[in-house]
Amino acid sequence: MPTFVYMTRCDGCGYCVDICPSDIMHIDPTMRRAYNIEPNMCWECYSCVKACPHDAIDVRGYADFAPLGHSVRVKRDEERGTIAWKVKFRDGREKDFLSPITTKPWGKHIPKLSDVSGPDKDMRDSQLLFNEPKYIRMDEGGLHTLESAGLKLKEGVYY
Amino acid sequence: MGYQTVVEDNIDILVVGAGLGGTGAAFEARYWGQDKNIVIAEKANIDRSGAVAQGLYAINCYMGTRWGENNPEDHVRYARIDLMGMVREDLLFDMARHVDSAVHQFEEWGLPLMRDPKTGAYQREGRWQIMIHGESYKPIVAEAAKKSADKIFNRICVTHLLMDESKENRVAGAVGFNVRTGNYHVFKSKSVIVAAGGASMIFKPRSVGEGAGRVWYAPWSSGSAYGLLIQAGAKMTQMENRIVLARFKDGYGPVGAYFLHLKTYTQNGLGEEYESKWFPELQKMVGKEYLDVEASHRTHRPIPTCLRNHAFINEVNAGRGPIHMVTMEAFQDPHLEEVGWENFLGMTVGQAVLWAATDVDPKNENPELTTSEPYVMGSHATGCGAWCSGPEDVSPDEYFWGYNRMTTVEGLFGAGDAVGGTPHAFSSGSFTEGRLAAKAACKYIDDGKAQGIRVSDEQIERRKAEIYKPMEHYKIYSNEVVAGTVNPSMINPRQGLDRLQKLMDEYCGGVTVSYMTNEKLLNIGMKKMRILSEDLEKLGAADIHELLRAWELKHRVLTSEAVFHHTLFRKETRWPGYYYRGDAMKLDDENWHVLTVSRRDPDTGEYTMEKAPCYHLVEEASE
Repeated sequence: MPTFVYMTRCDGCGYCVDICPSDIMHIDPTMRRAYNIEPNMCWECYSCVKACPHDAIDVRGYADFAPLGHSVRVKRDEERGTIAWKVKFRDGREKDFLSPITTKPWGKHIPKLSDVSGPDKDMRDSQLLFNEPKYIRMDEGGLHTLESAGLKLKEGVYY
Repeated sequence: MGYQTVVEDNIDILVVGAGLGGTGAAFEARYWGQDKNIVIAEKANIDRSGAVAQGLYAINCYMGTRWGENNPEDHVRYARIDLMGMVREDLLFDMARHVDSAVHQFEEWGLPLMRDPKTGAYQREGRWQIMIHGESYKPIVAEAAKKSADKIFNRICVTHLLMDESKENRVAGAVGFNVRTGNYHVFKSKSVIVAAGGASMIFKPRSVGEGAGRVWYAPWSSGSAYGLLIQAGAKMTQMENRIVLARFKDGYGPVGAYFLHLKTYTQNGLGEEYESKWFPELQKMVGKEYLDVEASHRTHRPIPTCLRNHAFINEVNAGRGPIHMVTMEAFQDPHLEEVGWENFLGMTVGQAVLWAATDVDPKNENPELTTSEPYVMGSHATGCGAWCSGPEDVSPDEYFWGYNRMTTVEGLFGAGDAVGGTPHAFSSGSFTEGRLAAKAACKYIDDGKAQGIRVSDEQIERRKAEIYKPMEHYKIYSNEVVAGTVNPSMINPRQGLDRLQKLMDEYCGGVTVSYMTNEKLLNIGMKKMRILSEDLEKLGAADIHELLRAWELKHRVLTSEAVFHHTLFRKETRWPGYYYRGDAMKLDDENWHVLTVSRRDPDTGEYTMEKAPCYHLVEEASE
């Protein structure tokens, strides 16, 4: 389901060019608007569709197996933290879906690790990662080891 | 060419590829290296890159030790049986004992994890999977990486690793080019964590024409994890262990939630259960250790994914296709119907588009399934990748050389698809592996192992000439013909990719041969691969975008070459349903209960193959 861009809606802002993981949304030098330069390298990931501020990008199912006459539209709302989908079948039926995309405001709840106090020598010499062992079980339990699990590694066939 | 050379010097930790593995590495590196210079080089835009760019609807690797659900060793046993014994249990154990801490942090960062309303625990999809609203999974982990990294270079296609010239077999950074400006980028670094992607599109896909990008794994997963490591002379393991996926036909929509949560099931074209009738014969091929239906019922030990594929493939070849997913029962429940649709919209929108286009409403009809073309990767239900050291408190001597997740090249680490022998890591496990690699890389530097690195201008200039050669070639030879793509002196990246896919398909066990190969076919294929590699010197790129495709192709070809060597080396059929060695159709534990390890000599291109021991977790008491 490669993407395509509506001529009358695109203003050539380039948000889609900036986000496309496959590097296939480019600005046409004559039209000064975006288009999909390589549909057979499109994964229908909708990254560009979600990024477009003008709802100018849509998707038409791959020509080799998808008949015409359908649409799957999306509205991703960062502020509300939701994503809304509208699925329209070839025969006209519709389905709507709404899901959360985050539970927290953006940019505030991920720690900046240069601001936390760094690890001491014991921590460095241990097998622990940042916030461990606490964050593994959220209690006082330690990190699993072969010893704590009563296990060893042995060469051969064992099941 | 008028492209500038941009040098980034004095990097401590260079992260190549910032999907889930790379974001985990960059995030964690700041904690262990608060004064270190951490740099990310990413082919696309870190906000939407890697296999999770479009989102996920489940985290497939979560122990739930907090809720008393599983211990790390349980997961090791699960991954081991699913991969027919061929895994690195030290690496798996290590990943599994840390993975929950990554998931708990994701929740704190805002990733919506669903909860079971009755128990308050995370909503399980299956024993290892939890359900999430993961549309923004990638932007969330990208924010974590951005907060830790000193600099992020988006749109840099990394083509080669730089090697130290004062000490043999030690990494010194990486080089590549900016796919927008065309500029040449040089990253001089004390350590490198390769967290690039596995390989889609190396086997001919079932889709044709426009749909060729509708592959199961992302089309931008160009095997760079392997291409970069193989070129640097790192040892690789289990590269023969490609994966074939049973998925919804054409759209390749995932089936995990359907099987595990919605309790849908498969049947053949006649409406019959078909799997069990193939198992007695299959048991003779693989042995009772690997396929024991009664034991599986009794102990909930899974039947390996490849063996279920085998039944699917054989049932279709016997003329009783198509295989259907029976959705009509589950989808009568409006909640389950919603889950079924949101599952696609959250991670494989194309499947929803296809059903809309074909008026398939799974409430009223059972959709078709298919088995995909093979993929080479190391984070889903298979474990291709580099031969890496494990952690010192777990690994036996053969698996340990100083630093966790370090490849056999000093200072060169891996995470996600890059690390071999660690299947079933998925998104959370790849992120965890990145964290483990980052801690180890900091230690490597703090131990003084990265002192005195020297990179000559000659090496930098040599790589530069190599990188832009396809554009030079195009400039010289495109005028030989009036117009068009047919040229006696040049092929373009798409033509090269088509050639690779066709020969991988026909000689290395793709879909058109029902995943079958043998020694004769492999040898013919390898001869054709050598000629393809020669012709890649005549690859032409009309512009910077084609240069990106040219280098993706080169990484895919290096990956494929390793797949051929490994497939030829392992003379048995270890994973029926993933591929078959027609000349050795049985699993052979006596000779092949080992991990395969290869090394390509960077100077000569010659391969050497060896067997490495396979260690398993056993109860201490059983000794």
